Amino acid sequence: MAKLILSLEGSMIREVPLDKERITIGRKSSNDIQIENLAVSGEHACIVTILNDSFLEDLGSTNGTVVNGSPIKKHILQNNDVIEIGKYKLKYIAGGPAAGQGANEDFEKTMILRAPPKPPAAARPVNEPTAAPKPSTPPPTPRPVPPLVKPATPAPTAAPAPAPTPAKPVEAPLLAAVQILTGPSAGKELDLVKNLTTLGKPGLQVAVITRRPQGYFITHVEGAKFPVINGKMIDAQAQPLHDHDVVELAGVKMEFFIKK
Amino acid sequence: MSNMSHVIEIATATHPGMVRSHNEDSIAADAGLGLAVLADGMGGYNAGEVASGIAVAMVSSELKKALAAVNGALDTATAERLVGEHAMRANNAIFQAAQGQSQYSGMGTTLVVALWHDNALVVGHIGDSRLYRFRDGKLEQLTRDHSLLQEQIDSGLITKEQARHSQNKNLVTRAVGIDPEVEAEVHSYPVQIGDIYLLCSDGLNDMVTDEAMELTLASLQANLPLAAEQLVQQANDNGGRDNVSVILARVLKSFPARAGLVDRLKSWFR
Repeated sequence: MAKLILSLEGSMIREVPLDKERITIGRKSSNDIQIENLAVSGEHACIVTILNDSFLEDLGSTNGTVVNGSPIKKHILQNNDVIEIGKYKLKYIAGGPAAGQGANEDFEKTMILRAPPKPPAAARPVNEPTAAPKPSTPPPTPRPVPPLVKPATPAPTAAPAPAPTPAKPVEAPLLAAVQILTGPSAGKELDLVKNLTTLGKPGLQVAVITRRPQGYFITHVEGAKFPVINGKMIDAQAQPLHDHDVVELAGVKMEFFIKK
Repeated sequence: MSNMSHVIEIATATHPGMVRSHNEDSIAADAGLGLAVLADGMGGYNAGEVASGIAVAMVSSELKKALAAVNGALDTATAERLVGEHAMRANNAIFQAAQGQSQYSGMGTTLVVALWHDNALVVGHIGDSRLYRFRDGKLEQLTRDHSLLQEQIDSGLITKEQARHSQNKNLVTRAVGIDPEVEAEVHSYPVQIGDIYLLCSDGLNDMVTDEAMELTLASLQANLPLAAEQLVQQANDNGGRDNVSVILARVLKSFPARAGLVDRLKSWFR
């Protein structure tokens, strides 16, 4: 379950679990988190939690609510966000899959949320799925949502090594460009910054250079003739490009080079 | 029944992704019928594959029969009804199978069906598999996910930008095979020559931004199979956390229903 750690000037005051759909923060005693400080409005802000997401909303407070240094009206909380209200700080620690990094496994598995008011729905399946995705905590649910959540594939234990890490998008490590060597635009240079750059003459001959985590590749797109690299015609497969390769396409020669 | 293969060009690609060992997506496309079906299954062991497999097989084969039975005399309203009806039948079949065999208990699947007919596209969907239209260089999402996230966006709780950071991406609010009844959301759209339609499972749109998909289609539209392959490759290059499937369909020519003219003539004399 997600929680907030309330602190003042570096010393922790208490931990507040986000165990309700809506938790209010303010000076008045009616709040779930009461902060008795004049800089805090009577009803200052609230946090609405829906399954694994918590939303912070400023309730029109006089002095505002700040997250990670920027004032916000509404904000979807991310792990380790620091909320500042007056002199007080509330650090948000995500629960659910966002907690610990090893939790990637459960990410992205499609699950079903069944709205409960299925009015005269015929008898429920006898063997209602019992497998809950994580035994840990079905977080406090908002309006509908008794957990008809089912894991999809149980992640294969067979595949040994590289499960969790390759998850985040990887930037292509280097930047390359092509320089036109022949024809009317000789000397022109084109940085290959996009994931895909098409070259050639549409209808006649076109190739695409793709920028990938492993480097740059060239693939034939259209036309009867295929691109020629360093004097050799390529086939329909993507071909890796190396520094100073010379590409010939639609009658124009160009050099591929790494810029760093 | 008219053969559509000279008016619709279709390319497909599907891949288990970089993390999963199974591919629980199923796809089918028949350019001759002007039909594309994609499903993203869920459920333990291989139940997800079974569910998506049943959905795709049933919808494509049954729709084929139904289209043959009406022999081209099909108006858009009927086409919409057929798509909705066959989604419902697939639901029934999967629900029954899940009831009957404990290893399939609780399996389900998303579904998106595209049927091109009479210069129109009929789209039915359930869950978070999508259909996009690429027209005049712009990519536009035509289906709206049946997901918690989409409901939150609709209600103004979060913006589309914030949605990217949500932990609730994978919660669908409607699926095939989970309940005894389900309703597909069915719409139809007029098509234009040159349109490219993209059907995909969330393994694509969770890993690749709409902008990147648009750029890919804009750059590679001359080579549809390559474009489909590139989209899958981008999802995998970005982490490939889920199965990823893509169907691309391009409208090559106008395809008015032949019976349409006869019907219109008849209606004048009524």
